[in-house]
Amino acid sequence: MRKIVAAIAVVLLWNACKSNNNKTLPIYGNRTPVTNVVDGKSETDTIYQTIPPFKFVNQYGDSISNKNVKDKIYVADFFFTSCPSICPIMQRNMLNVYNAFKADDDVKILSYTIDPKHDSVNVLKSYADKLNITGNSWWLLQGKKEETYQLAEKNYLVAVRPDSTVAGGIIHQGYFILVDKKSRLRGAYDGTKPEEVNKLIADIKTLKAETDEKAAK
Amino acid sequence: MKLKIIGGLGVLLFILIITGMFTSCQSDEQIEFQRYYSSGSLVYQTHCQNCHGAHGEGLLALIPPLTDSAYLRANKNVLACFVKYGTKGKITIQNKSFEGTMPPNNLSPVEIANVLTYVTNSFGNKLGTINNQQVASDLGKCE
Repeated sequence: MRKIVAAIAVVLLWNACKSNNNKTLPIYGNRTPVTNVVDGKSETDTIYQTIPPFKFVNQYGDSISNKNVKDKIYVADFFFTSCPSICPIMQRNMLNVYNAFKADDDVKILSYTIDPKHDSVNVLKSYADKLNITGNSWWLLQGKKEETYQLAEKNYLVAVRPDSTVAGGIIHQGYFILVDKKSRLRGAYDGTKPEEVNKLIADIKTLKAETDEKAAK
Repeated sequence: MKLKIIGGLGVLLFILIITGMFTSCQSDEQIEFQRYYSSGSLVYQTHCQNCHGAHGEGLLALIPPLTDSAYLRANKNVLACFVKYGTKGKITIQNKSFEGTMPPNNLSPVEIANVLTYVTNSFGNKLGTINNQQVASDLGKCE
């Protein structure tokens, strides 16, 4: 009996090590095969869905574009400061991500407001202050409403739409989207669930350790 | 080995009997309190916990905690109005100032009584039962 238990334990440990070493995160979104002719031979490559160029303003009034997250890993989510439903728990959980990586310049958090009319730069700054968000690792971004909604639905694949029947007037999903250094979607986590957010923190570490060859496989 | 298991079971049985004796001797008030409190914990989880937290800790300077017993005691008769109609403007909790809006909650008087009993007797608070009649009367006087 003891031998069997020991054997199972060894197998489990072995597997645990193996999966940790070789773990790569999947790449989400649409993919398009592209055939190029290189040295007379045709080669097929895969083009993954990426986040297109964007330009928003952060809580300090600074302009933030896709250039600011070039070669960075980042987490994106959509919120609004007067949101009564899922936002507080999302922020509570995002604070864990923030605290885990705030000293790491390679990891950023981008929270786009879906209520830019109300959430001016001043409102965003005071909201950030109340959550003790300092420095430049977590940006609260404000931009044009249509652009934000389009970015959410078409690019980050998060559903957002106005709905006068719900509290706060906007219905939206509380997903945290993980984006890699090449602007590709690498994960989506339910921001209202602490255990999913812990997985996100672990996955960011995996992504940081990932090399280009591994990702290409 | 066997003796230990039997001994352990004996102790467990003893504890069960003693608890049983105590619960059967509970007064009507205690039973009422238990009923309000346990239903209130469910109402809290669905309607309050997202913002105020699993331990009533609030969220930094954004959402006030529910751990200020002095405040709760002083405002015991308006808590039902806060829950039902929401709050707006400045509020000082544990010497910290909070500003913002708490949305109204579409809860019945009995659900409000449940959740208030839960909150005012959790997180270090101990204010006793806030019952249905109390809430109904408080709601009649909301500003």
